Amino acid sequence: MWMLGPVGFSAPWLLLGLLGLPILWLLLRAVPPAPIRRRFPGVALLLGLRDEDAEADRTPWWLMLLRMAALAAAIIGFAGPVLNPRVALPGQGPLLVLFDGSWAAAPGWSRAIARAGLALEEARVAGRPAALIDLSDPPPQALSFAPAADLAAQLPGLKPHPWEPAAFDPALLPEGGFDTLWLSDGVAREGRAPLLAAVQSRGAVSVWQPARPVLALSSAALVDGELVVGAIASAPPAAPVEIVAVGLDPAGIERDLIRAPLDFEGKTSTEQVFDLPPELRNRITRFEIAGARSAGAVRLTDDALKRRKVALVAGGRPREGLELLSPLHYLREALAPSADLIESPLEDVLPVSPDVIILADVAEVAEPDRLAEWIEEGGLLLRFAGPRMAAAEAEDPLLPVRLRLGGRSVGGTMSWGEPRSLAPFAEASPFAGLPVPEEVRVSMQVMAEPGPELAEATLAALADGTPLVTRARFGTGQIVLFHVTANAEWSSLPLSGLFPQMLERLAVSTRPAEPEAAELAGTIWVPQKVLDGYGRLQATDAAAGIAGEDLAGGAASAATPPGLYAAGDRVIALNAVTRGRTLAAAQWPATVTLEGALEEREEVPLKGIALALALGALLLDVLATLGLSGRLWRPAVRGAALVLALALALVPHPPQAQEPAQMDEARAIQAASNVVFAHVPTGDAEVDRVAYAGLKGLSDIVARRTTVEPSAPMTLDLERDDLALFSLIYWPVTEGQPAPSPRVYAKLNRYLRSGGMILFDTRDADLAGVGATTPAGQRLQALAAPLDVPPLEAVPPDHVLTRTFYLLQDFPGRHDGAIWVEAAPPDAELAEGMPFRNLNDGVTPVVIGGNDWASAWAETPEGLPMFPVGRGMAGERQREMAARFGVNLVMHVLTGNYKSDQVHVPALLERLGQ
Amino acid sequence: MTQAPPSAARALELRRGAEAEASALPALLVAAEHLAATVQMGGHGRRRAGAGEEFWQYRPVHSGDDARFIDWRRSARSDTQYLREREWQLAQSVHLWVDDAASMRFAGSATNAARASKGERARLLALALAVLMIRGGERVGLMGPLAPPRPGRAQLMTLAAHLSSLPEAGDYGAPEVGAVQSGARAVFLSDFFGAPEAIEAALARLSDRGVTGVMLQVLDPEEEEFPFQGRTIFESMSGALTHETRKAADLRARYLERLAERRERLSRMARAAGWQFSTHHTGSPAQGALLWLNAALGRLV
Repeated sequence: MWMLGPVGFSAPWLLLGLLGLPILWLLLRAVPPAPIRRRFPGVALLLGLRDEDAEADRTPWWLMLLRMAALAAAIIGFAGPVLNPRVALPGQGPLLVLFDGSWAAAPGWSRAIARAGLALEEARVAGRPAALIDLSDPPPQALSFAPAADLAAQLPGLKPHPWEPAAFDPALLPEGGFDTLWLSDGVAREGRAPLLAAVQSRGAVSVWQPARPVLALSSAALVDGELVVGAIASAPPAAPVEIVAVGLDPAGIERDLIRAPLDFEGKTSTEQVFDLPPELRNRITRFEIAGARSAGAVRLTDDALKRRKVALVAGGRPREGLELLSPLHYLREALAPSADLIESPLEDVLPVSPDVIILADVAEVAEPDRLAEWIEEGGLLLRFAGPRMAAAEAEDPLLPVRLRLGGRSVGGTMSWGEPRSLAPFAEASPFAGLPVPEEVRVSMQVMAEPGPELAEATLAALADGTPLVTRARFGTGQIVLFHVTANAEWSSLPLSGLFPQMLERLAVSTRPAEPEAAELAGTIWVPQKVLDGYGRLQATDAAAGIAGEDLAGGAASAATPPGLYAAGDRVIALNAVTRGRTLAAAQWPATVTLEGALEEREEVPLKGIALALALGALLLDVLATLGLSGRLWRPAVRGAALVLALALALVPHPPQAQEPAQMDEARAIQAASNVVFAHVPTGDAEVDRVAYAGLKGLSDIVARRTTVEPSAPMTLDLERDDLALFSLIYWPVTEGQPAPSPRVYAKLNRYLRSGGMILFDTRDADLAGVGATTPAGQRLQALAAPLDVPPLEAVPPDHVLTRTFYLLQDFPGRHDGAIWVEAAPPDAELAEGMPFRNLNDGVTPVVIGGNDWASAWAETPEGLPMFPVGRGMAGERQREMAARFGVNLVMHVLTGNYKSDQVHVPALLERLGQ
Repeated sequence: MTQAPPSAARALELRRGAEAEASALPALLVAAEHLAATVQMGGHGRRRAGAGEEFWQYRPVHSGDDARFIDWRRSARSDTQYLREREWQLAQSVHLWVDDAASMRFAGSATNAARASKGERARLLALALAVLMIRGGERVGLMGPLAPPRPGRAQLMTLAAHLSSLPEAGDYGAPEVGAVQSGARAVFLSDFFGAPEAIEAALARLSDRGVTGVMLQVLDPEEEEFPFQGRTIFESMSGALTHETRKAADLRARYLERLAERRERLSRMARAAGWQFSTHHTGSPAQGALLWLNAALGRLV
């Protein structure tokens, strides 16, 4: 490829054609424009006249210039100009393509893949074998080279990983010498230098890396009640960066909660402080750098960022001066760093909707019903025993186990036994893995009634097996009981370090920061959601649990992909970027060929632009030539010239949103001045004709038999008409009916909501039997899908439609099938003394059937039936029934549930009688 | 084209609607009749007593009157004798010359297909004039030996046949005046783009024989406006004459000047010979031209 500044040419020898332009200039100058031959009898009078202006035959210079420009553009275009072309990889022999494949490569991944594709394509053309190595997902054994075409097929399957590559074992490199293309992610790393030395010893190395700095979020922590999010960059970013806190809004929809600009100020790390109310803060599920598509730019949050609202309620009056004996003192000390505490009487606490309510030695719960309700909705009630509870005689429902009256005392002055120590925690217990300090002794406790479910409820027990902590699920919440006091009166548990850990495990308090290895020891964490390399959170299925120790390091790897891990009620977020990590741009020695560092601009082929210019210039030339030779204004040419001018002026622009067309006023008045039935046009002229005739027939029937005297029916113009003016819309469904526009659907939905009725008619008598298997039925499903159609049921025998005017039980048209109406509410009850239920209050918005009513109603202008129905007298009876159905339907539309109110007749009569 | 027998003329008229498309002869005749019907003929008498069919006046008998001309019925009502005089009805011979040169085939640019060519218009006018004349009892014929002037509707068929099948001629035509009877009338329908000397000679010869007449220049509007631009090669209809210009628009003024000059010359020639001259454009309706022709012929004495 021959380069001219930033533009390269794939076929540069074609540019030699530009040398021919001056010759062309001379040639074109010499040849005047071609004359028009005209038959003209008046030529006899012209003979002998001479032209006054001899210059007119020369092509004007500007036209020449235009033509030259067109030609030059065409020559340049065919020479294949490319802006910022990629330079082909030199060399021979096998090619090794190395991917870093980390999250840092994710933003430039498609370009990296494209670059690799280009290299493989060149290798394929040159017949060079190649190999691919993804450093983040290294091959299990040494690779061998394969045909480049095979590898190119694998490229689209490669994805960036949400972790960073570990040190690569050079032994895994393929045998022999090879050239290397290293698609770097641009981040400096420990293992780079040895690997680079290894591949450089085999052959030339070319490194491609994106020029844009790599951004990542390195931490998100609570510091003094403020959220501090740390961001790092491999180089100070040029463009402003925004950080977004994403979480669920109160409706449960994920959205951006907070956005804040991230100012690096020329440094490679910065922090952004969010001072948020706890309600908002607790909603945050992750932080993201806006627009950065990588796992590193996403910081998942977990319990560590949540500060729960904990309400502390003590039983007795606080005894003044005896602070250390206060039942709440140790709780306060344990929880204050990590939770928002509320200390109020229980009745004041509940409206604040705390996450946890701790009752310390409260025997009589003030408002057990409200408290129970709160627990059922997910609250955690943590209770501590105490003298009052032990003395309580009434059975307390808000306890996980039944307690024996009195409790027991071991190792006290009045007892023989020794104070008991704790037994190790069971595997299933949330406390599993916590070390049991030897010094914890329990001298008094309340005792649970033994029972079969006691073992299951026990979370912690004393060495003698008596339960120390019990738990019971209660609705979606839970009740946990510590069988000892919250102060040091009954046990030394509150004095030990185990106490806050237990509270943390119970998700009462939150972990201050990153979990320690020791803290996680013995726990098994199941990934709930994992990040992919692009930073998208995806649900995992069937992922094996991971031991807490493996998570403890906080470093993501193939074994521990970043994501959310859960154990019980606790959630830990493992992020792609470990806390405290710094990023630096990868530095490469001068011995490697570095590409892409300046590559902010994409490779842009200019051939199309050049050829389009040439074509445009030629079009202009056509117009100009026509104008010069006087042909432009000949009528036949004028049209063509207009087309040309249009082609030149054709600039694609978004179609202007059409103003919603309004209904013609006269038509609106006509529709509004009386009851008017309307039908939806199907596009099938015959069906529309029948539908119109059917509605005309129905109008006549209704006018003859009832006091409703409708005007002539109308054919709807769905786009224009105001549907509110029509009380009943008949919609015959044909197979090929085009679906209305979304705007029309909005109108239809408004119509249905505001009390209109649409009678859908598939006209195939088949809907009821087998469901929507007929083509018209399927079309109906498609047509009605965007409509707000309520749940349907086959019309029940007590539906109001059966008695609005005539007493009917079937609703035939030309066919006699079941029809479907809005389903009755499930709580409809049989009205007293009436053969029907007290049904829904309102008109069914849709009636769906396939009985081809319009054909049964349709009349010729002479008033004769347009179509036969059935045979003989039975058929006439069916037609009559169809007419009666029409009358009932119209009455139902117009009077609504009026006939339903018959259920109230006895009551009304009774009232009248009095 | 075969000449329809005179007995078939009525049938042809009846079937004109059906055959209008099929045959040029009735089409031309029908069009001419149609055009002629727009001109309400007044009496074509000479407004003086003479040989004729129509009653003119009674006058007392002078000496020398032939006794058999005395109108006995009128004379019996009075004491003097009266002669019944008839209006002098002079059957004139009208010789039509319709230029059949190639230049008359011009009908403007190809886009104006709706416009009649000059030749079509000239033939239509000629035949319509013939219809009027025949209706007035004149004898109408074409110049040249083919159709000498004859009265009667049968002559119309002959004229129509000849007019419909005018032979191809050169670029520009000149009238063949040899067969014109002295004292007859002549009608020239042409664009007069040919050499004016030929016209002048013909007029001179006809004047010598006491023939007066009418010259109607039939032109296409394009010939009058010269709406051309750009580099153009103008060709005569047969292609024999060509003229190339680089800027047609520049020629316009000089062309129009020459056209006016030619018209002025024709007009002068006509005046000198006691003829009438006018110009008709195919872009305008034919009735005006026909009326003018009819009136101009009537003005001739």
